[in-house]
Amino acid sequence: MSEISSEQIKEYVLRLADDAVVQGHRLSEWCSHGPFLEEDLALTNVALDFIGRARMFYAYAAKLADDGSTEDSFAYTRDCREFTNLLIHELPRGDFAFTCVRQYLVDEYSLRFMEELCNSEDPTLAAIAAKAIKESRYHLRRSRDWMLRLGDGTAESNRRMQEALNELWGYTHELFEADRFELSLANAGVAVDPSLLRNEWLTAVSTTCEEATLSLPTENWSVRGGREGIHTEHLGHLLSDLQFLQRAYPGLEW
Amino acid sequence: MSEAMKLFEVFIRSKRGLDHKHVGSLHAEDAAQALEYARDVYTRRSEGVSIWVVESSMITASQEDDCESFYDPLDDKPYRHATHYQLPEAVNNM
Repeated sequence: MSEISSEQIKEYVLRLADDAVVQGHRLSEWCSHGPFLEEDLALTNVALDFIGRARMFYAYAAKLADDGSTEDSFAYTRDCREFTNLLIHELPRGDFAFTCVRQYLVDEYSLRFMEELCNSEDPTLAAIAAKAIKESRYHLRRSRDWMLRLGDGTAESNRRMQEALNELWGYTHELFEADRFELSLANAGVAVDPSLLRNEWLTAVSTTCEEATLSLPTENWSVRGGREGIHTEHLGHLLSDLQFLQRAYPGLEW
Repeated sequence: MSEAMKLFEVFIRSKRGLDHKHVGSLHAEDAAQALEYARDVYTRRSEGVSIWVVESSMITASQEDDCESFYDPLDDKPYRHATHYQLPEAVNNM
């Protein structure tokens, strides 16, 4: 991994950090809006796990940048085009079915991704991944459970889950696409080549959907662009909420 | 919250060697879900190493009305209490 610069690793780490912070923020929007108290607490626990994950990645990126950047400056002062999260994370939380299906698709991905990242030759990335794996196992247990309960639930819950799945499917392809930059890091043993995760992911998702009496979408549309900073119209609104305080009162501390 | 949800009582053991203590209750569809919610609701600050959940309806509880017949007859039997023994200082829990 000698030919990989810390600037390159920083760019890669920021991608993973942005994925986590945006996913965590979307989940945090459920705080006090959960369908019932127990689920409200559980969802916000998961949100906190993702925000904790984002902090670890951002802190590492700040260390690599070594230019005065901090976790906060990355999260709160960059604009849309500088965020490189995958699009699936930024879609509005929708109804509870949408949140459940997205979480499930992301968890099946995230667990496999972190298992691979554990083998990274970058020891910090491997350490963050080892911590994240345990969380992801629990997240997946929860989200898979909701897939089965609501997919194979009432006619209404099944309809909502199927609609969410159809709506999300086109955003899942991007999860497995690595650009040249990521591939070069993967070849150097630092990054994960996500295309290698697809088969296992698809098998797991198919099994769950079948059990949940949901049908895998067959339409071919797909959307991409997150890694280049080309986002849906939703990210700007998310950031205006997430970044409000630092934008209104720059440098404010608790 | 759906009407079908059941109430569960939650017991947490905070350390190895200690016993499970009742910490509260929660609603869930079934025992498996109750266990997960118990983890999220009652062990968020590392309170436990083991969780039990029991459907509240499975618990048979004594009633206020039972007090007289259950407990009053014990009031005049001090010889059943080990109060007259001196405990060594090393014994904390008796």
